[in-house]
Amino acid sequence: MTKKSYIQAITDALDIMLKEDPKTLIFGEDVGKNGGVFRTTQGLQEKYGEDRVFDTPLAESGIMGLAIGLGLTGWRPIPEIQFMGFTFEAVDSIAGQMARMRFRFNGKKTSPITIRTPYGGGTHTAEMHSDNLENFFTGIPGLRVVMPSNPYDAKGLLISSIENNDPVLFLENLKLYRSVKDDIPDEKYTVPLDKANVVQEGNDITIVAYGAQVQEAQKAAEELAKDNISCEVIDLRTVSPIDTETIFKSIEKTHKVVIVQEAQKMAGVGAQVASAIAEDAILSLDAPVGRVAAPDSVYPFAQAEEVWIPRKAEIVEKVKEIINY
Amino acid sequence: MASKSIVDFAKIKEDLSDLPKQIQVVDENAKIIDQDVFKSFSDDQLVEFMKKMVWERALHEQTMNFSRQGRMGFYAPTAGEEATEMGTVMAMEKQDYLLPAYRDIPQLIQHGATVTEAYWWSRGHVRGNEFSARALMPQIIIGAAYLETAGVAMGLKKNGEDAIAFTYTGDGGTSQGDSYEGMNFAGAYQLPALFIVQNNGYAISTPRKKQTAAVALTQKAIAAGIPSVQVDGMDILACYSVAKAAREYILAGNGPVMIETLTNRYGAHSSAGDDPSRYRTKEEQQPWLDRDPLIRMRKILTDKNLWSQEQEDKLVEEYKNSFKEAIKEADAVEPEKVSDMLKRTFEVPTPELKAEIAEFEEKESK
Repeated sequence: MTKKSYIQAITDALDIMLKEDPKTLIFGEDVGKNGGVFRTTQGLQEKYGEDRVFDTPLAESGIMGLAIGLGLTGWRPIPEIQFMGFTFEAVDSIAGQMARMRFRFNGKKTSPITIRTPYGGGTHTAEMHSDNLENFFTGIPGLRVVMPSNPYDAKGLLISSIENNDPVLFLENLKLYRSVKDDIPDEKYTVPLDKANVVQEGNDITIVAYGAQVQEAQKAAEELAKDNISCEVIDLRTVSPIDTETIFKSIEKTHKVVIVQEAQKMAGVGAQVASAIAEDAILSLDAPVGRVAAPDSVYPFAQAEEVWIPRKAEIVEKVKEIINY
Repeated sequence: MASKSIVDFAKIKEDLSDLPKQIQVVDENAKIIDQDVFKSFSDDQLVEFMKKMVWERALHEQTMNFSRQGRMGFYAPTAGEEATEMGTVMAMEKQDYLLPAYRDIPQLIQHGATVTEAYWWSRGHVRGNEFSARALMPQIIIGAAYLETAGVAMGLKKNGEDAIAFTYTGDGGTSQGDSYEGMNFAGAYQLPALFIVQNNGYAISTPRKKQTAAVALTQKAIAAGIPSVQVDGMDILACYSVAKAAREYILAGNGPVMIETLTNRYGAHSSAGDDPSRYRTKEEQQPWLDRDPLIRMRKILTDKNLWSQEQEDKLVEEYKNSFKEAIKEADAVEPEKVSDMLKRTFEVPTPELKAEIAEFEEKESK
């Protein structure tokens, strides 16, 4: 066990997979000598050579095309898109090509690719660097979207993603990169894909969250405990597909739910969770579904960010509203 | 101000308008332009080139016939493009990786897919993509194949294979940013990739001159640091010879090449209701028909006593019969099941998919 940050946990996973599987390749803008703009791939080129870890020309669509072609010829690519906002440049490659490979060729050709990219607000970046775009990518058949909320999960989920034979969009939260540290095992371990995690048990209400909002939800639960409100906090871990079974099981016990996301409210992960509950578990509830999300504007410029992003206070308020319904 | 300009942009622009030399082995009057290259072919080889073009023309005619009978799905007519399509693919080896576009079905078949599989692809059945040929299914998104070609070429290089990746797009395809990205990546990493631009003059209805101010599409490769060459796309000997030379150059580790072939599609953009008379005149079209690749090859072979009309008619009949057999086989396939489609979305199905698979299996068992 070593105390590691979220970013160190990711580097650790990449190091293990480069070592274990000679077919893995890491590439992207500035990932080689520079070790990535956040230093996520620091030291990996030095350790494994330029054949395994290399810089690309500045073109996201080209990076994804490279990944697809390498996947077709026996390699296991782990490309990086420098910021999630830049994935817009590569939407055809991801949604139109990569995610359809297994379907098109009836499994005879596949895309065993893990795309890593940082996202998320609260670090006052330039425009297009902080957007939570998971809502945009969760509706693509053939693509998994994974969003770890802590260092332990980041390492285990990244290893599972790389070992998976289908494409995974692995989203790394910018604010969590250096703000959280956990004791994590030094050796290889996996955290299963497609499974949510009950991070805190409780009896009065279920809070469903993912990514950086899991930490906010836990802080809110701590504060609500002072008012004798016992919260069960669920971390989705994988947001496409969503593990509804774990959610249903929880609300059968608590009869109340608040769904939290940092992304805008429209047509996304929270909406999907709410709709799944409405369809298959509505009778478990004795109050309306509560939702905490960002408002439906374009992601704000840096100055307005802290007002726009939902935080602990909004979660506490919403939980009280649902509890007192 | 009458002061002398620091730079003469007009002169620079003028320099950009120099047309590249177009490579020909045999011209439209069947006159041999390059004796050395021509003499390098045996009589058997010359006959083989002709046979391939006759095969492609017969495939086009018979398939369009099936299309008019309502027996095909989406299919892009290929008449007029026999020299560029057959010439380039004949220069490739089976271990090479083909990334075709939708007008490149004839090359896909030459590279190892069956006609039946091509018909399944056209009709929209997954069996059409399960060919053993080292190739992707025809790409619909313009530019995507160029990107993926860079990736496949990098994979082949890393594997240490004696193989290249080769791909096709059209004149319109060179306007797509992804086409440039693909060539640029291949250039940056010096990858074994061959980019072929089949310039047939029109992207559906939009003429070549509206696509770009570049006077030749070969110029598109210059910015990526890739050698490029323009070839008479109605001259199969030129198309083959240039593609073969490109393959050798690429395999020697020299990085990618781009070839622009000047050709013409005689028919519509696709079988889905395009009417070329809306954007193309007969007068404009006639010179291309006069340059037909089969006419000049037929003349050369006939002069050498290697070919006769009877022989050609017999071949056409033989080929067309084989296509009729192929479509019969295509007819016999079981329709796809939705439950099978759901199963091939992921290797490990998601919980939602598992439920949907069960639902459709029940529906489809009735």
